[in-house]
Amino acid sequence: MTATVVSQPETRSREPEATPRLRGGWRIVARKEFADHIHSVRFIILVVLVALAGLASVHSASGPIRDAAGAATDVPSIFLYLFTLAPERVPAFHEFLATLGPLLGIAFGFDAVNGERSQRTLPRLVAQPIHRDEVINGKFVAGLGAIALALAAVMAVVVSYGMLRLGVGPTTSDAVRMVAFFAVAIVYVALWLALATVLSVLTRRAATAALASIAVWLVFTLFGGLIAGLVADTVHPVHSAATTEEVLANARLELNVRRISPSQLYQEATGVLLNPSRQTTGLVVEDTTSQALPSTLSLSESLVLAWWQVSALVGGVVVLFAVAYASFMRQEVRA
Amino acid sequence: MPARTAKSNHAVALEAFDLTKRYGDRTAVDTLTLQIRRGEIFGLLGPNGAGKTTTILMMLGLTEPSSGTARVDGLDPRRDPLAVKRRVGYLPDDVGFYDDLTARDNLEYTARLNRLAEADAKERIEFLMDQVGLSSVIDRRVRTFSRGMRQRLGLADALIKRPSILILDEPTVNIDPEGVRELLRFVSDLRDLEGMTVLLSSHLLHQVEQVCDRIGIFVSGRLAGIGTVAELARKLQESWVFEIGVDPGPEAAALTDRIRTIEGVRYFEPDGPARWTINTTRDVHTELLHAVAEAGCTIAHFVRRGADLDAIYHRYFTGSTDDGDRRIPA
Repeated sequence: MTATVVSQPETRSREPEATPRLRGGWRIVARKEFADHIHSVRFIILVVLVALAGLASVHSASGPIRDAAGAATDVPSIFLYLFTLAPERVPAFHEFLATLGPLLGIAFGFDAVNGERSQRTLPRLVAQPIHRDEVINGKFVAGLGAIALALAAVMAVVVSYGMLRLGVGPTTSDAVRMVAFFAVAIVYVALWLALATVLSVLTRRAATAALASIAVWLVFTLFGGLIAGLVADTVHPVHSAATTEEVLANARLELNVRRISPSQLYQEATGVLLNPSRQTTGLVVEDTTSQALPSTLSLSESLVLAWWQVSALVGGVVVLFAVAYASFMRQEVRA
Repeated sequence: MPARTAKSNHAVALEAFDLTKRYGDRTAVDTLTLQIRRGEIFGLLGPNGAGKTTTILMMLGLTEPSSGTARVDGLDPRRDPLAVKRRVGYLPDDVGFYDDLTARDNLEYTARLNRLAEADAKERIEFLMDQVGLSSVIDRRVRTFSRGMRQRLGLADALIKRPSILILDEPTVNIDPEGVRELLRFVSDLRDLEGMTVLLSSHLLHQVEQVCDRIGIFVSGRLAGIGTVAELARKLQESWVFEIGVDPGPEAAALTDRIRTIEGVRYFEPDGPARWTINTTRDVHTELLHAVAEAGCTIAHFVRRGADLDAIYHRYFTGSTDDGDRRIPA
């Protein structure tokens, strides 16, 4: 270090336009974080993992579709069955996403804030001319961008493979439904991103935040159904001589308890969006099916059915992000 | 009093007025009033936990004061945080970087956050990396950097925005003596050639005394003394410090009673078995030596420290820290 002159004399003339252009700091943060995400090993691993799962499910679904396609020429939206059919015990693609989506969300959020703390970069970062909330906003936007890119890549792989296998492409209406599915999937994954971000603000270590997020995910996926069943059986016990009403009450309660889980909301919404002949997100008893018209719903009708599930998911994202935002703003820089 | 505004006074770069920060019932910074002039190097000296970093964070608007105000170039960091952060370069205590990015990438991020044009940023980064002697490792990942290299990188990072004020929090900690010398020479060059105002905090007075124009001694959230090194020493004319050690034995215990009765002894502290540091209001070395002789002790060492800088430090720091229970009142 032999400083003789520290400023470069030729470029000192910035004073006149010094103050005005200080907006949009969150974009600078988002750009850096997004670049970090997509260059990270975890991004590649997750895209490959989800794409492989998608290929497996589409592959197993395409077999029966090919067999049946010749016989059922007037079945609408054959292409979409690629995402919803689940023969041979391989879950359908949208079910796979219900399970793997949370991992994707958690991966891009669990070290958002505590990572800055453990690398001790936070004081330096917030001492730059940006508002403090631009740090967390930018990071969240970058996480959303990484998720959207990952899901888009997976969708592209899966759809191309499906087209190869079936020899037909999606119709326009299929394509629109896939876009709707894509949007709901992003919201669903964003919910987990927001949860992981909250935990990254509240915990000191990234590993703790990751484990806590995964614990929440496990509770919902593994024990969600179990707990819902227990609650339903306690409130509305079903005996051997139970009436239809009692059985129905039990099943309804169980479904409603399950709906606390984001994955249930996601599956109901995407189930309707990907399957035009599905006419309810609720219980399907033999009776309703036989009464249901053998027709298909338009996209807007499907959207109406999925509306409140999607709203609930969006609401969840907003609430969780608000919690992360508020706690980050109240924290000391040095904590 | 509050009518006095810093804005009218452009000779003042940094100002604190009754600045206070409380965490629960602990007061980290207690009604700090301080002015740092433009173009001076001001040393904020104090033991760890004295509230130095908290003060710096309040100056930067990174933490809310409980009461009082801070001013940077006449700007309130609470109301105008971006303008303040625009003109203050900050090297935090124990600075961190994104380990997986190269030094250049790290500095580019800072340059973008300061809205430097891309070409300007590139030129400035290479220039500053050269200035701090890191040109050869500019494209290496920061993961591989030593503590001293990180400190230099931190200095380059703080200077990217072309600040008019530089705040360095404990910049000399954990770097070797040669590194400290280079850093301080660099900082004084910044003042001399750039007219930069520098606030640096440290807990090691002897490391930074040569480079600081003025020093504030900061203890338990309060400013215990402020001025040039010479001024601080003058204030302590009436304070003398003696170190005395005798061979241990039963006589040594009796000696404490004799020392206690000497006129002018303010207090004294045991430094070990039969060793004391004695603080007095006058030169009592003859009385002390008499006392040793009368107690029948054999003297092991005897130092009259007088009012040097160590004494300032010792006086101020030990004079108000919490380990007063070790002290024996005279």
